[in-house]
Amino acid sequence: MKVPLSTIAHGRSGDKGDTSNIGIIAFDEAQYPILAREVTVERVKAHFGDMVKGKIERYELPNLGALNFLLHEALGGGGTLSLRVDAQGKTMSAALLRMEIDVDG
Amino acid sequence: MIRIANGQGFWGDWLEAPVRLIEQGPIDYLILDYLAEVTMSILQKQKEENPELGYARDFPPLIARVAKLMRDRDVKVIANAGGVNPIACAREVRRLAPQLKVAVVLGDDIHSRLDDLLERNIFLNNMETGQPLSDIRDRILSANAYIGAFPLAEALATGADVVIAGRSTDTALALAPMVHRFDWKDTDWNLLAAGTIAGHIVECGAQCTGGNCQVDWQNIPDMANVGYPIIEADPDGTFVITKHKNTGGRITTDVLKEQLLYELGDPAEYITPDCVADFTSIHLTSAGTDRVRVSGIQGGPPTMFLKVSISYSDGWKALGTLVYSWPDALAKAKAADSIVRERLRNLGLEFEDIYTEFFGYNACHGPAARPPDDPPEIQLRIGVRGHDRKAVDRFTRELIPLVLNGPPTATGFGEGRPPVREVVAYWPALVPRDEIETRVEVIE
Repeated sequence: MKVPLSTIAHGRSGDKGDTSNIGIIAFDEAQYPILAREVTVERVKAHFGDMVKGKIERYELPNLGALNFLLHEALGGGGTLSLRVDAQGKTMSAALLRMEIDVDG
Repeated sequence: MIRIANGQGFWGDWLEAPVRLIEQGPIDYLILDYLAEVTMSILQKQKEENPELGYARDFPPLIARVAKLMRDRDVKVIANAGGVNPIACAREVRRLAPQLKVAVVLGDDIHSRLDDLLERNIFLNNMETGQPLSDIRDRILSANAYIGAFPLAEALATGADVVIAGRSTDTALALAPMVHRFDWKDTDWNLLAAGTIAGHIVECGAQCTGGNCQVDWQNIPDMANVGYPIIEADPDGTFVITKHKNTGGRITTDVLKEQLLYELGDPAEYITPDCVADFTSIHLTSAGTDRVRVSGIQGGPPTMFLKVSISYSDGWKALGTLVYSWPDALAKAKAADSIVRERLRNLGLEFEDIYTEFFGYNACHGPAARPPDDPPEIQLRIGVRGHDRKAVDRFTRELIPLVLNGPPTATGFGEGRPPVREVVAYWPALVPRDEIETRVEVIE
């Protein structure tokens, strides 16, 4: 069954220069394996399209039922250089939570 | 157990928070984080205009406001409010609150040492791009090394009521009282990592007590009176995150998970001047209403380097907006964007970046957003950035004419021509640790 990622996870996002950091957390830690299986670097790349110019890295925090993504060159130059309204990537976690995932595997 | 409260997540955070933390319940230390990466450059400019400025100007009046309570309740304050002029900040605090003992931590400011460092082949290349500092040498506004918790702990050991630092790390503000009171050594890496992670959790103030929380945000109680965070730290490196009773907000494991992931890089290697903390070792357990216990934290030794934050002038930018109403609001805004871009090309103007967003459609989520079906209005927002100030200024004159000479039903031009702003950019670098010698001065 396809559902938006927001049905099983929440998150928070921030910045380090032109890198967007997106933390995605399973509401229920038992569903962490679904996150780990569904929210891959490739799918995140496809989701954001040309908004992300650089590479994407994924880190696993099973102790928190969470994944941490680093999206490089994703904030229009970042900080004060950026011309984006969301220059600090505050809404990038919500953007990722729109992604459709398959909860059945 | 000691209680360490954070009353300021950035310069501009809620003015009432630090006062309420002292008034509304017991705390031992109040920490206040004032510095973001570009703040130092703003402060440097203020100092150049007036050598008595260059620090967070909200800080001395705040201390004056709480000075009596600090003494009555034995609360010490630790803040990186000193900016590029910690001594001037300390003198102003003393002028407004003469009963308090103030200590400053110096040595982070390397602006005047840059040429000396470069001559000795300490290149300060950009950590992210590898570019040499010589590319921007003549445009540098400020340069500071990030200071860890030990110099702050040394300042606390003088018996100061107020410790003022320049560019200390955010996490060091929380770790310093633990080092001071629990006598932690610089090789107690698991303990230092625990204190560092406690600092990371509270460094953004109410972001760990229900602010900016995505879980059940509609039902988080009394956000108008949100309580700011308190660390109840134990000598064994475990701690509880809580807030004063009868304050708003919420602290749960979900809330803390969001903040733990905020501005996080590689979770196994959270590098600070004091240690390298491992976020994959964190164990959270609920310990009652608005109380979460944090344990299990592991860490390792710090690196041979300290991070340096350099700010420099990097051209000009301007951003302008117009609003288009139904019908065809998005199509009109898109047409207006094309017209502006063509006019800029016809003028022969070149920019390093020109960027368009459509509010009501893709400003926040870009390609991940779906186009709206039939929006009542769309705001067009166009920005340009470049080193030619004249070109950026010319751009600011190209938006308002569209109200008369572009697609129909444009409005929202009441603010007039958008301002041209200087771009101050951030240059992260590394400096060998032994190049930075801090010292503590007590201002009598």
